[in-house]
Amino acid sequence: MKQRHIALTLLATSLLVFAVGCKKKTPIVQPPPPTPTAPAPKAEKGPAAVINSFTAEPSTILRGESSTLKWSVANATEVTIDNGIGRVPATGSRQVSPTGNTTYRMMAKGDGGDAISAASVAVTTAPPPPPPPPAPKATISERMARDVQDVFFDYDKMEVREDARATLQRNADGIKSILNDFPSAVISLEGHCDERGSAEYNLGLGDRRATSVREFLSQIGIPAERLKTISYGKEKPFCSESTEDCYSKNRRVHFVGVQ
Amino acid sequence: MKNRYLVGLIAFGALAVAAYSQSQDAIVLKLTGGEKKKIALPDFRATGAAGALVEAFNKTVFEDIQQSGLFDMAAKSFYPLNPPQQEADLRAGQATCAGRCLSDWAGTPVSAGYLGFGYAAEQGGQFVAFGHLYNTAVADLAGAKVFRKLYNAPLSEEGARKAGHEYAADILAQFGAASLVGSKIYFVSDRTGRGNKEIWVMDFDGSNQSRVTSFNSITTMPAISPDGRRLAFTTYAKGQPQIMLYSTETSRFINFLNPQASMNATPSFTPDGQSILFSSTISGFSQIYIANQSGGGMKRLSNSRSIEMEAKVNPKTGTEMIFVSGRGGLQQIYRMSLDGADVVRLTNGEGEASNPAWHPDGQHIAFAWTRGYSPGNWNVFLMDVASRETVQLTHGEGKNENPTWAPDGRHLVFSSNRSGRSQIYSMLANGTEVKQLTTQGGNWMPVWSK
Repeated sequence: MKQRHIALTLLATSLLVFAVGCKKKTPIVQPPPPTPTAPAPKAEKGPAAVINSFTAEPSTILRGESSTLKWSVANATEVTIDNGIGRVPATGSRQVSPTGNTTYRMMAKGDGGDAISAASVAVTTAPPPPPPPPAPKATISERMARDVQDVFFDYDKMEVREDARATLQRNADGIKSILNDFPSAVISLEGHCDERGSAEYNLGLGDRRATSVREFLSQIGIPAERLKTISYGKEKPFCSESTEDCYSKNRRVHFVGVQ
Repeated sequence: MKNRYLVGLIAFGALAVAAYSQSQDAIVLKLTGGEKKKIALPDFRATGAAGALVEAFNKTVFEDIQQSGLFDMAAKSFYPLNPPQQEADLRAGQATCAGRCLSDWAGTPVSAGYLGFGYAAEQGGQFVAFGHLYNTAVADLAGAKVFRKLYNAPLSEEGARKAGHEYAADILAQFGAASLVGSKIYFVSDRTGRGNKEIWVMDFDGSNQSRVTSFNSITTMPAISPDGRRLAFTTYAKGQPQIMLYSTETSRFINFLNPQASMNATPSFTPDGQSILFSSTISGFSQIYIANQSGGGMKRLSNSRSIEMEAKVNPKTGTEMIFVSGRGGLQQIYRMSLDGADVVRLTNGEGEASNPAWHPDGQHIAFAWTRGYSPGNWNVFLMDVASRETVQLTHGEGKNENPTWAPDGRHLVFSSNRSGRSQIYSMLANGTEVKQLTTQGGNWMPVWSK
């Protein structure tokens, strides 16, 4: 179009010059000033660059995830993306993993002009999880089972045995902590016997065993008022066979937490 | 010389054994009576509605007489075929008459000194038994007759048994033996399950078992007052073992003021029934105390740093008690005045001894002892308290514990696991006539009440 227009203009100008020359001598007229030359159309100039699309998908990512930049550019001689990506083909995609909110700028250079576009990736971080639920609080009986062990006695004896002293020392720590965590609780010391003595005498013996343990524990700092004794004699055996193994398991003081 | 010494030793040993067995016999004779009489009890017959019930009557009579221990039972297979049913059936003066003559029963092979006979019938809607007892050694029929009597009871098996007990009681009364008919046995049973123990009661022969307590707890160690009106026991119903009382007349529980202690247990009644002896851990050791029936007026009786349980006041003197104590080591039976003086150990220190029970005469005790057996293997023994002589009545048939006396002083009731679980048995004080009274669940600690 433009080229044609220029051509016509040239033709018209030359015809005018010719017509003037063939006319009778006419007074010399100052030739019109040359028409200003239209800015020389840059013959090497092509069309301007056009960015058809430039997107980041997804536009919001969690830190550490990636987003894909996709673009399509026409008439470009050079396409670059900033943020360290640099020169890219006219059409393409690129995975990016920005660590913070980032706007990617695209510069498309074309002979006929440049084009600019931008795509943003918002980087979010996951909210902190809710605080871990409080560890389920162990019940008093779970604590008793875990931290306090039975102590055992010799036949017809009420004295705390050497091995039982060591057990009671360990038990004392558990009991102190349990009494601390359960301020209204008391510890019931159950005295038990094996099946051989008479039921009546064993009632007295079981009570005595529980009382011996209570005295021992109170001497090493457990408040006596939070220790209660109960004798079951041979009424509630732990083990019911008539063997020494079973008898020795039944001659015991068993600890029960009472809320 | 050496041989002579040996012979002498053997002879001495034999004498000692003879003396020992004589002393044993002496205790048993004192308690169960002298030579046994032989009795024949041909079955009563009946027709109509009574016909179906008469077997229960016959069985009751036979068992009551047999278990009295007063009689040898003539073997039924030797009985003549035609026993008398009424006085008119009896013939006098003939040599043999197939059962209708007393001489048929007195002579071999029956050899019975006494003959009980009769019949039963339905009359006016009642079960009626006509019972007789004759002394076969007397030739003259009128002189031979000991008694005859009509027994009326409801027309039911229960009624037939009642009539049988009455007839048997009348026979026994002729020989000075108190009848046990109407007496009750209180005991502990776990038959309701879930590890609970309750107090139960039954008739002396094991019939009519019924529950007294229902605490759904451990309720044990019953004691009965001498008049049979008050029951005392130990219960976990309120947590720690405590004593509770019960009226057998009103079926109501009676409050007993338990002292502040981790254990109050093994109650027993004084002979006047007004006070209770029991063990309490007030002092830190189980010791013996006395209080009135409401728990007031409490006084400490024993004073040791050992375990003491099962105190029982002498029913005759009322001034001394027997109890179990660990003061010398393993549990043994001791005697002590109620004022705390004159403490004596009665058992000789061998094995373990427990469960002492005064005979109504206040001179003998029954108790459980492991002497001669390993720990836990209890047997029933008797002791003459004055001489300390003992008689062993059970001999290792399981564990035999808690013997207590029948009101007649001739029978004992005790528990034994000889057939598996612990059950209640009665026996004569010479160890014979053993009869199992319970079968359901485990059953322990019988006490015989009036």
